[in-house]
Amino acid sequence: MLKLEGVSTYYGPIQALKEVTLEVEEGAIVAVLGANGAGKTTLMNTISGLVHPRAGEITFQGRRIDRLPAERIVRLGISLVPEGRQLFPDLTVWENLRMGAFIQRDHRGIKESLERVFAHFPVLRERRGQLAGTLSGGEQQMLAIARGLMARPRLLLLDEPSLGLSPVLVRELFRIIRELNREGTTLLLAEQNAHMALTTAMRGYILETGRLALSGPAAELRANERVRQLYLGVRAGTTPQTLS
Amino acid sequence: MRRLILWGVALCLLALAPLFLRSYTLYILSLAGVYVIATLGLNLLTGYAGQLSIGHAGFLAIGAYTSALLVARLGLPFWLSIPLAGLLTGLTGFILLVPALRLTAIYLAIATLGFGAAVAEILPRWTALTGGYQGMKVPKAVLFGLALDSDVKLYYLTLSIVIVMLLLARNIVDSKMGRAFIALRDQERAAQACGISLTRYKAYAFFISAFYTGIAGGLYSFVVGYISPGEFDLAKSLLIFMMMALGGMASLPGSVLGALFLSFLPHWLSGFRGLQQFIYGAALVLVVIFMPYGFWGFVRRWTMPDKLERLPRPLRAVVEFVRG
Repeated sequence: MLKLEGVSTYYGPIQALKEVTLEVEEGAIVAVLGANGAGKTTLMNTISGLVHPRAGEITFQGRRIDRLPAERIVRLGISLVPEGRQLFPDLTVWENLRMGAFIQRDHRGIKESLERVFAHFPVLRERRGQLAGTLSGGEQQMLAIARGLMARPRLLLLDEPSLGLSPVLVRELFRIIRELNREGTTLLLAEQNAHMALTTAMRGYILETGRLALSGPAAELRANERVRQLYLGVRAGTTPQTLS
Repeated sequence: MRRLILWGVALCLLALAPLFLRSYTLYILSLAGVYVIATLGLNLLTGYAGQLSIGHAGFLAIGAYTSALLVARLGLPFWLSIPLAGLLTGLTGFILLVPALRLTAIYLAIATLGFGAAVAEILPRWTALTGGYQGMKVPKAVLFGLALDSDVKLYYLTLSIVIVMLLLARNIVDSKMGRAFIALRDQERAAQACGISLTRYKAYAFFISAFYTGIAGGLYSFVVGYISPGEFDLAKSLLIFMMMALGGMASLPGSVLGALFLSFLPHWLSGFRGLQQFIYGAALVLVVIFMPYGFWGFVRRWTMPDKLERLPRPLRAVVEFVRG
């Protein structure tokens, strides 16, 4: 569905992505792992057209998209839930959701998306008249995802959705991610929470300083010694069960 | 419903104002109306869409000269010249779009300052068209054979245009476009990720803002009856900016209050010979300190349910009536 080949992105003279090659198959959940500054957000922004790669190719459903502006890419069916939520604080929950459906013209379609989103996030229905800036952190994250869904994406990009959420909310979040996937949305998520990401995703990619360090089926990565040491917090020679 | 009653009462008062106000006060009110329109224009651009401008006197000048010249040179009726001046000024708004796509915040403000300065320099030098430094007399406005030659008639003209422009601004703000402006202002990236084209919506914002200010300029030329390049300087750009900031950013009623306040303040102070500038400055500082979100922010804060208790009784009754 989505293919990146040799994608390199720069911020001025600094190279943030180094020849990244990655594939997301239709119907999959794919996780991109990495520490702070590894290039996860750059990767997400490059796919969604907010920054353009200097080299390499990105294709979505067979179509090249790496030169398209962000507003065209949304229309093709890729929706980004940006890092740190980036809600519109002075707009209400309802208005934020309307902004998510900005590209949609027909009111029936918007209403349907709205109903679908409220089914996933009932709390947003209760708070639809409230300003987004006054929501709690967890509600804000739900709203950010809901806003992304309002564009009816075929591929949803989630940039660090678990950031700043309590453990309970993180579990809830990943439950919703699986639910969305079952309904037919393909997901690519950038995460620091490697444990949750690798138990939810089917495939994983690991970024280190802008370069792809490892990739493979999630189960394989979970078993990989290096991944366990660096991302799952397991010391060499111990088993995960010994961790409390 | 109760809001409608309030607006009805306000409208009646404004319509009856000529019965109990002096002709000179009506003239100041008309001038204030001109600034209300310009401030609305600036607020749509700066308050809502987040694009700083301190060059709006340039648009005011273009609007004023366009409408005056359309009537004086081409003999167009004045009621046509004002919207045409608005449209033409709106198109010149795209000049600022070029820097706006590359610059943000204070750097954009400097570019707009340059635009204002350029207009102020071109006007007196283009003598054949503008009459140079001496300025030009603007023909009297004539509406279907009726000469709008008194302050009362000009007051009604201004009032009706202000109301139309206010309603239009409210529709813009409440529309998809208005929400897109706010989205771009607060979260540029997320707005783009929602499918909002940065270029297109900044273009809309500059066009609309310049259009409003052009209408204000056109009206200005007929209200004052005489225009000269010296009036459209940096001080005027800053005046419109202060009207917006004191009234309340991203607030339509704020634009009205700010423009009214700064239009009347110099006249209230005319009795304090020698101290006018000092009191004027002090008043601005006090407003900024005690009403950080402008007049409308202040009104909003004091009509919140928790503060309502502390308001004097008659005021409270009014607020509660409007709230319903």
